[in-house]
Amino acid sequence: MTAGRQGEPLLRVEHLRKYYPFTKGVLFAKTLGNVKAVDDVSFSIGAGETLGLVGESGCGKTTTSKLILNLEAPSQGQVLLGGEPIHGLSGEALRQYRARVQAVFQDPWSSLNPRMTVGRTIAEALIVTGWGDRAAIADRVSQLLDQVGLRRDQAAQYPHEFSGGQRQRIALAAALASRPQLIVLDEPVSALDVSIRAQMMNLLKDIQAQTNVAYLLVAHDLATVRHMADYTAVMYLGKIVEYGPTEALFDDVAHPYTKALFSAVLPPRPGRPDEEIVLAGEVPSPLNPPSGCRFHTRCPFAMPKCAVEEPPLEETAPGHLAACHLHAARQIDVLA
Amino acid sequence: MSDIVTVADRPPRADAKSEVVLAVRDLQTHFFLRRGVVKAVDGVSFDLRRGEVLGLVGESGCGKTLTALSIMRLLPKGSARTINGQVLLNGEDILTRSPGEMREIRGRKISMILQDPQTSLNPVFTIGEQLREAIFRRSGARNKDVMREAVEALRHVDIPAPQQRLGQFPHQMSGGMKQRVVGAIGISGRPEVLIADEPTTALDVTIQLQYLKLLKRLQQETGMAILFITHDFGVVARMCDRVAVMYAGRIVECGPVAEVFDSPSHPYTQALIASVPKMTGKTERLYTIEGQPPSLMDLPAGCRFAPRCPHVEPRCEAAYPPSFGVGEEHTADCWRLSTP
Repeated sequence: MTAGRQGEPLLRVEHLRKYYPFTKGVLFAKTLGNVKAVDDVSFSIGAGETLGLVGESGCGKTTTSKLILNLEAPSQGQVLLGGEPIHGLSGEALRQYRARVQAVFQDPWSSLNPRMTVGRTIAEALIVTGWGDRAAIADRVSQLLDQVGLRRDQAAQYPHEFSGGQRQRIALAAALASRPQLIVLDEPVSALDVSIRAQMMNLLKDIQAQTNVAYLLVAHDLATVRHMADYTAVMYLGKIVEYGPTEALFDDVAHPYTKALFSAVLPPRPGRPDEEIVLAGEVPSPLNPPSGCRFHTRCPFAMPKCAVEEPPLEETAPGHLAACHLHAARQIDVLA
Repeated sequence: MSDIVTVADRPPRADAKSEVVLAVRDLQTHFFLRRGVVKAVDGVSFDLRRGEVLGLVGESGCGKTLTALSIMRLLPKGSARTINGQVLLNGEDILTRSPGEMREIRGRKISMILQDPQTSLNPVFTIGEQLREAIFRRSGARNKDVMREAVEALRHVDIPAPQQRLGQFPHQMSGGMKQRVVGAIGISGRPEVLIADEPTTALDVTIQLQYLKLLKRLQQETGMAILFITHDFGVVARMCDRVAVMYAGRIVECGPVAEVFDSPSHPYTQALIASVPKMTGKTERLYTIEGQPPSLMDLPAGCRFAPRCPHVEPRCEAAYPPSFGVGEEHTADCWRLSTP
């Protein structure tokens, strides 16, 4: 999936799987099955790049980001940062990893400690990673506040004194503190109002240009991903069903699920879209995913083969991959 | 059974000039707190016509939900009070009705769907019991008929196997399914006006599209008027005939959807539409509105958008602008629209 890129990418995710056992009973618990939250996911992110991970709730995008943040251990597969596997790290090595990979979460109301001043929240990351003495830390905090567009004197204030957009800036300042190489942005703007969203997206882009930090952008809003991401991966029921450079993917959608997602995006202007795919039913349970292609139960183009055989993720254009039998059968024109 | 069929007998979707079913005039709802008065809704007026969908858009805290609650007379207990204005339902002011009369109006004349289906259904009663309560309260029909109507109501909102669903509890259903049940309860009294407060915000995009299509179909079948509250311009574009944009407790622009999107007249509407990332074409930087909405406790004397407006003039800070007509049925509150 690193077509067109040279050398070792910053982050490499290889055949990542995360199964949560579904048990019955307490003392002599029986495992009845596994919820396959993430099932054989591979991708990579280069330095200074943004990968957008799109999908509906329950598709495994948050689990994937937790695995990358090393908050969960994978059932199988591995995550490598700069070529080094990250799971199994401990002690100082884990601390160093945490400094290199940071996160900003969706809800700026619950992600900040209400009893800590903003300055202290930002400094925390610096103290943990041994940034330097008091003066050095205070300097860095002021610098970070400048960087995210807040006033230096606001370091002494508490989170409740800030609006949602400002809080999200504070969370970003705290994430940037240890000069990370990668920030996982889990729905960073979806809790914000429209007019504030644009400010935050511009800020994220500015900071990337200044610091060359890479972003893993987890989002459900396609327009946000289109604006922010260099590469886009679409997930459905624990699997990546389509992946490609954002421009190419948005211009020429290959997978029927992605098509449906696109047609569900409401136009920012009135007027019907040329084509509308309203999916029947809901996302099946990941406890017992459909056989073959996981999307075949809702796919308007499903063929008999789809229920039996799982389609591999194959190139439909250079660097653009999709997991769909329609492409293997060279029936792309059906979708056009 | 025949009762259910009547939904299709209602007059079909009326055109733009049909009669006004709900008229809100100069509505003011304030919170009276020890710290001061929060003017959450401060002079809201609009007309809702039979068979139309009117979108009420705005950012959080602009007063759109409180406008709806004021119309329903379901304000949070305590500090909130509607101090001025009229809510005319078929020409009669419902703000002057007694609580008992209001109970009769709610559900039968005006119904409301809330954002979160999880909290609008009671977790300890089955779907059937909650639906039956709504149907019984309206018709007082015998149990057998109520049951049949309940099944029919669920079928009407595209719930598969409705008979089985009646015995289930809310937690056994998905979010989209629950919101359909809420919809079924909401329209079970065949209201003339349905207020939908962000009904799809908690749903996934593909489920949102299903739900919007369902609402549109129900609206076309029953001819009810919908006041659709949302913060999402995409939903407005898909659902609404007309749109009213709210800012800091007032409607700043109102007009037919296509016109407001193509030629927004108020600087706030212009900025909001420009700041949404597009699905086509490349934009390097998004347009932003600097600053924050004003505190509702300490509103500027003049135009409320003046502190953030790129076109601000001295007269904007002196007095709040009147509504200027900028097209047929299209108005905006901005001094720049007055002829110099």
